[in-house]
Amino acid sequence: MPRSYKELREVIENKDRGLREKVMSLTEAIHLIQDGDHVAAGGCHYSRTPMAAIWELIRQKKKDLVYSRSISSTEGDLLLVAEATKHVITSWFSPGVTWGVSRAMRHYIQEKLAIYEEWSHMSLGLRYRAGAMGIPFIPTRVMLGSDLFPRLPELKEMECPYTGEKLALVPALNPNVAILHTQRCDPYGNVQSEGLPFMDQDIAGASDKVIITTERIISNDQVRRSPDRTSIPFFQVDAVVEVPYGCLPHECYGYYEPDFSHMDYYVKLMMGKGPEGVKEYLDQYVYAPESWTDYLEMLKFGDILRATTDGRSVYND
Amino acid sequence: MDYRKARQEIVEKNKGIRDKRTTLEEAVSMINDKDHVAVGGLQYTRTPMGVLWEIIRQKKQDITFYKPLMSFEGDWLFVSGAMGKAVTSWFSGGVTWGVSKIMRTFAERDPSTFEEWSLLGLSLRFKAGAMGIPCIPTKTMLGSDLEKIRGLKRFTCPYSGEEMLLIPAVNPDVAIIHSQIADKYGNAQIFGPPCLDIETAKAASKVILTTEQIVDNEHIRDAPNSTNIPFFCVDAVVELPFGCYPHECYGRYEPAYEKLGEYGQGLLKAEDKIGFVQEYLDKYFYQPADFPEYLDLFGVRSLVEATRRGRIWPL
Amino acid sequence: MSDYNPAELTVIMGSRALQDGQIIFAGAGLPLLSAIHAQKMHAPSLAILFEVGGVAPRITSLPRSTNEARSVRRSVATPATIDMMLYLQRGFVDVGFLGGAQIDRHGNINSSCIGTLEKPKVRLPGSGGANDIASSANRVFIISYHEKRRFVEKVDFVTSPGFLEGGQAREKTGLMGGGVEKVITNLGIMEFDKNSRSMTLTAVHPGITEEEVREKTGFELPVAEDLKTTTPPSEEELRSLRALDPEKRYLKAGDF
Repeated sequence: MPRSYKELREVIENKDRGLREKVMSLTEAIHLIQDGDHVAAGGCHYSRTPMAAIWELIRQKKKDLVYSRSISSTEGDLLLVAEATKHVITSWFSPGVTWGVSRAMRHYIQEKLAIYEEWSHMSLGLRYRAGAMGIPFIPTRVMLGSDLFPRLPELKEMECPYTGEKLALVPALNPNVAILHTQRCDPYGNVQSEGLPFMDQDIAGASDKVIITTERIISNDQVRRSPDRTSIPFFQVDAVVEVPYGCLPHECYGYYEPDFSHMDYYVKLMMGKGPEGVKEYLDQYVYAPESWTDYLEMLKFGDILRATTDGRSVYND
Repeated sequence: MDYRKARQEIVEKNKGIRDKRTTLEEAVSMINDKDHVAVGGLQYTRTPMGVLWEIIRQKKQDITFYKPLMSFEGDWLFVSGAMGKAVTSWFSGGVTWGVSKIMRTFAERDPSTFEEWSLLGLSLRFKAGAMGIPCIPTKTMLGSDLEKIRGLKRFTCPYSGEEMLLIPAVNPDVAIIHSQIADKYGNAQIFGPPCLDIETAKAASKVILTTEQIVDNEHIRDAPNSTNIPFFCVDAVVELPFGCYPHECYGRYEPAYEKLGEYGQGLLKAEDKIGFVQEYLDKYFYQPADFPEYLDLFGVRSLVEATRRGRIWPL
Repeated sequence: MSDYNPAELTVIMGSRALQDGQIIFAGAGLPLLSAIHAQKMHAPSLAILFEVGGVAPRITSLPRSTNEARSVRRSVATPATIDMMLYLQRGFVDVGFLGGAQIDRHGNINSSCIGTLEKPKVRLPGSGGANDIASSANRVFIISYHEKRRFVEKVDFVTSPGFLEGGQAREKTGLMGGGVEKVITNLGIMEFDKNSRSMTLTAVHPGITEEEVREKTGFELPVAEDLKTTTPPSEEELRSLRALDPEKRYLKAGDF
């Protein structure tokens, strides 16, 4: 199940990890993704989703991707219906608790048009962690005894030679490309995330290549003035793109909450018309706009203003 | 190391949000002879020196201390009898002061008093302990004599075919950690390098936290990302300014290099090295009535200089 | 031509071995001096990592250890120690630059004990992060004073693995990373034969003969057919280096 351990190391050893500027356009950055790649998205559910990166990779018509994420939300629907991916690895997949199960996802999975490879949230985190640590597996007690265990037939067990306990061996997960959104990043790729870290650090360490979209590019000097805020070091990063509001309609901690009005609109469309509704959405909001800014202009400023005000309020008493 | 017992201790202890402020004396009374105690910081950075000082004063004996890079405090712990065994990857005063003669005396007389691991190997013990698993795989230490003497088990990864070493977890009885900031509930914010303290705090059954400054819980809530050790890991909180002295506390004060040099040079020249350390212990550990009196021995000039050189603004 | 002492010569050779854009671990003392010197001379974007948790610090005055606030000055990140060490295992570290206490023909290093561990003649400080670096860095450079008692046929204790028993032993054990690539001393530079993984003299420094090197090595040291002579340190290199250690804590004359 995991990729060749030696190959994983070679990829890292051979790539240019040096302290050099990596700022580029969204289009250029997404060119780093190839058809068939395993792309892992950071954030979780509708929080700090690398939405601009996903939007762009759909526009560039990437195909046959394996898509992994800790928890998937509406972006998962878009990837399935655009046929960018036929294989989703995640622990939970739904627009959100208040909106019900995704009709689009159900269609693709139940009609066997795509695979939903389900892992427990923690075990998926452990998979990325093992990948980041540079080990091929990590032992755990999670999932032992559950039905998930036999449905992932490749999952192995072992007996701890020190204590005799039975452990499940969670295999490492090493994506080809990580797409991560953050609040602050410098031109070299030193990422300083604010708020919830999710699994971004481990996904960055585990992946062959890392694309960072950031609300704001800050200077390297600013990073050096507060080095303990750096969550991902430059030598793991390959591309840095400044994309303000790069998560909309999802949220970005401290900057903006979700645009719930737009989410409601999307969910109504998707639940009402299923995949056809999502195709309409893709045509209007993903393929039609010429740039991410053009897409943002299609959202209602009043809604974004509300989202921003609410998002900033997390810093109030 | 009994995993189930270690887990049960965490399950049963009071982890709630409550005022955990106490004195150094009371906090250290939680430690028993022969306990396994993990020490925060590394080498001479952010050492919880106040706690070690109190441990020695309370004449604790035969403790197994885990400190992945050990400096002069190792000498003091050995000679006072507080330390029965050092579990570490490196034990010496510091690169410019030569190999610790005290370490050599104890370790050459009885090699079992210095249990050597590689730095990553020992760190992984804490990582596994913190994760609540009994072992964790790695390639480090593989093939070395360290693998052999530690009796580490090999394991062939069933997915990749790779030969791995399995590092056993450690769950110490007590972890002692010093932070720059904490609130009275035990939410600790460590600035600069956290070293291994985060893993250690999670792996241990009990945590004694000393801190330069106790701040209001609201300040912690203002910057939750800066909290590295959450309150439910901590059992006692002691506000102890200069609690690392003569070692450094990142952003607050540097090591008292001159004072450490005096000790190092003195030890080098002394004919009766154990006697020299015993005199040092008398003067710095047993005589002072309290921690401020201990700091008095270094003198105001030393503290001011170390502060001037080491403080960082803004932190 | 300037006068230079063995320590200065060795550090400059070490500095030259490093390349711009590399990510390295450098041990305290001469390896760290080499790294900082390289940054000043030809490798401005060389990034140094420290065990305590400093990534790419801007070092202006030499710290006494690699594990104190001075060593992480102006770093871009201060990860937990375990995360620092795990970068090695994942493959991010181009060079692990170590000092050697006792080194053998196959590049294994001993910093644990002279004698056996059960009955040590001298108990040494221990591995620190050296074993981890030797086990997993993409390549290892060793810097050492060249004398018989340091260059032995077989180390008393393998703290940090080079090529173990030689040949394919390192690969067979399952270690990743390329092992020791260069040993840099005050007499010359040694590398490892591709097959036997035995240390071989590939360059001597100006004024040094192969006889002198072999004489100061505690085992049969093969000499490369195309034995080179290194270029002596330049005025600029020496000036730059001496400015880093004005108190001559490391660059003192004689044994280092």
